[in-house]
Amino acid sequence: MVMTQPDSKTLVAIYEKMTLIKHSDDRVIGAMKAGRMVMPYYSARGQECIPAAISVQLTDEDYLVTIYRGVHDMLAKGLPPKLLWAELAGKVTGSCKGKGGPMHLTYPSKGCMVTTGIVGASMPIACGLGLATQLRGEKRVTVANFGDGASNIGAFHESLNLAAVWKLPVIFVCQNNQYAEHTAYSTGTSAAKISDRAASYGIPGVHVDGNDPIAVYSAAQQAIARARAGEGPTLIEAKTFRFNGHLIGDAGEYIPKAIYAEAVKNDPYPRYRNWLVEHQHASATQLDGIDAAIKTLIDEAEAFAMSSAAPDAIEVKRDVYATEIA
Amino acid sequence: MSETQAELSPAAAKAPAKVNMIQALNWALDDAMSADKNVIVFGEEIADPEGGGIVKISHGLSTKYGSRVRSTPISEMGFVGAAVGAAVVGFKPVVEIMLMNFVAVCMDQITNHAAKLRFMSGGQTHVPMVIRTMTGSGFQNGGQHSDFLEAWFCHTPGIKVVMPSNPADGYGLLRSAINDPDPVIFIEHLNNYWTPGDAPERGKLIPLGKARIHRPGKDVTVIGYSRSMLDIPPVAEKLAKDGIDCEVIDLRTVQPMDMETILTSVKKTGRAVVVHEACRSFGVGAELSSRIHEALFRELKAPVERVASEDSPVPYAPPLEQAFLYTHAELEAAIRKTLA
Ligand SMILES: Cc1ncc(C[n+]2csc(CCOP(=O)(O)OP(=O)(O)O)c2C)c(N)n1
Ligand SMILES: [Mg+2]
Repeated sequence: MVMTQPDSKTLVAIYEKMTLIKHSDDRVIGAMKAGRMVMPYYSARGQECIPAAISVQLTDEDYLVTIYRGVHDMLAKGLPPKLLWAELAGKVTGSCKGKGGPMHLTYPSKGCMVTTGIVGASMPIACGLGLATQLRGEKRVTVANFGDGASNIGAFHESLNLAAVWKLPVIFVCQNNQYAEHTAYSTGTSAAKISDRAASYGIPGVHVDGNDPIAVYSAAQQAIARARAGEGPTLIEAKTFRFNGHLIGDAGEYIPKAIYAEAVKNDPYPRYRNWLVEHQHASATQLDGIDAAIKTLIDEAEAFAMSSAAPDAIEVKRDVYATEIA
Repeated sequence: MSETQAELSPAAAKAPAKVNMIQALNWALDDAMSADKNVIVFGEEIADPEGGGIVKISHGLSTKYGSRVRSTPISEMGFVGAAVGAAVVGFKPVVEIMLMNFVAVCMDQITNHAAKLRFMSGGQTHVPMVIRTMTGSGFQNGGQHSDFLEAWFCHTPGIKVVMPSNPADGYGLLRSAINDPDPVIFIEHLNNYWTPGDAPERGKLIPLGKARIHRPGKDVTVIGYSRSMLDIPPVAEKLAKDGIDCEVIDLRTVQPMDMETILTSVKKTGRAVVVHEACRSFGVGAELSSRIHEALFRELKAPVERVASEDSPVPYAPPLEQAFLYTHAELEAAIRKTLA
């Protein structure tokens, strides 16, 4: 794969998205540990780089479909932090009026179309979004996120095949964090690389270091260009690691200590920050400014969520059908 | 839900007085596609090069509408999911699942996604799609190609279930299902495809959720839908000769159920029999019986009777297949029992 180094402005924009994701995640976990919030929360700490480096290349018109571990994808695509936090808190001011929660985040005005709690289900739906775009002759692309474990479910294979035969403008992004719940990659996945599976469907499959923003950026750039040009789908496998277990409360005993320690040592967030400063894409002061602005944003989001009202019980009857039925 | 009178197509003038369900549904798809460019159709073998569908309901459509009509790979999960995705951004996909049992391989997209996205997104998205499928016993297709599974979908809030019994209803209900803002499962019966019936008036939509009084009567209300509407009328006529006057109601839409029409009728007759081909236990008959008892317990002259198939997989051998399905004699006995 040819690497493209984006300009400093873009590199800093990636940093800004990563910071938003990381700070929000740290704060959600803090709020849970302090007992202020209770939910099934699937942290994506450690995976920030992937949606950040992809989303800087997308517009609000482009579509995103993601999974329960998808807060990072949604924030990077533009879901406003206030609406996210209120939704996580189950408040009526949340993006889904408190009816979806962390596993069903939706915000169509930024292209955040569907979040699913079902492993693999993001991919067929992404094909339909791609089909819509193709039939309308639009230039939009659809990004479908999923995990390494999801590459073993039928939906993955049906979708890659369907997208290939119909040449759909879909980018399949496998965020390989090396575990599916408690199951290590090689226990559940036959292929040495998930990206190799693309060959079965006659589409490009690219394996990248998902903790390297430039690698993810480059792979996404080529896949997006291909999709916009009507040349069809691409499978990107971005190898990464999740630091906070499958969901909050999972202590991760099944992860060998040495592997975990190595992953933490290579935490992509501080590493990228240092790299930006070292290579003079940004000064430490500039990045401190970004951090402070994001901290304020999250302060506001949390305050908004906490002070918002819970949905009224009548809402259980609304939005089931367009018109309520007896 | 209002009865809409769209423009009449020129074909209406020379339409034959009797047509079968296949012709009626083909017209419905054709008219819906010409009325709204957001209507798209896909499924296995439904485009003309692949034969226009196994019973040819989509015959001619791909030739007329090009890439809006597509044959898919054998990937129910993939293409039903694709219909969900396209519907979320404003298309009105009509997908065909070749036989009803095959919904089992794509239930996730139907019950976890199509049915729930409106609610889970707080109304930000919705899924205006139709799944057409067909089924029915009596063809020696055995256990995996004959089931009536409507209760699965009725039991999933967010989905509507339509089950027409005749060509004219088939046309008008399919047009309404396509226009409906929510996902609709449209279940066709193999037995009904080739039975001629009154030709639909093209452009005339039949609202979902409205039952049809097929035969007015005063003694007992007999409620059916889909295939059972082929069985109930002859039994009702036979009983009429013995002075038993059945009011026959065709539900047409199973979910939402037209309780107003049903309760008005049962209030009058004081007796009700529900008839369906699906197996008996935990089915639509149970729900209907319960609703009637809840609403009219004190006014009923007899308990509500259910006539349905055996609680077994659909068998292969003809005598077993006949034993599986209810008989006209059982139906007659159930009606007489309410009058005993
Ligand atoms: C169809 C289905 N089976 C099982 C589950 C339970 N489950 C939730 S997440 C998960 C692991 C998925 O792992 P992976 O695809 O690698 O994604 P990750 O959670 O690592 O991001 C499982 C088995 C589910 N949600 N859906
Ligand atoms: Mg994983």
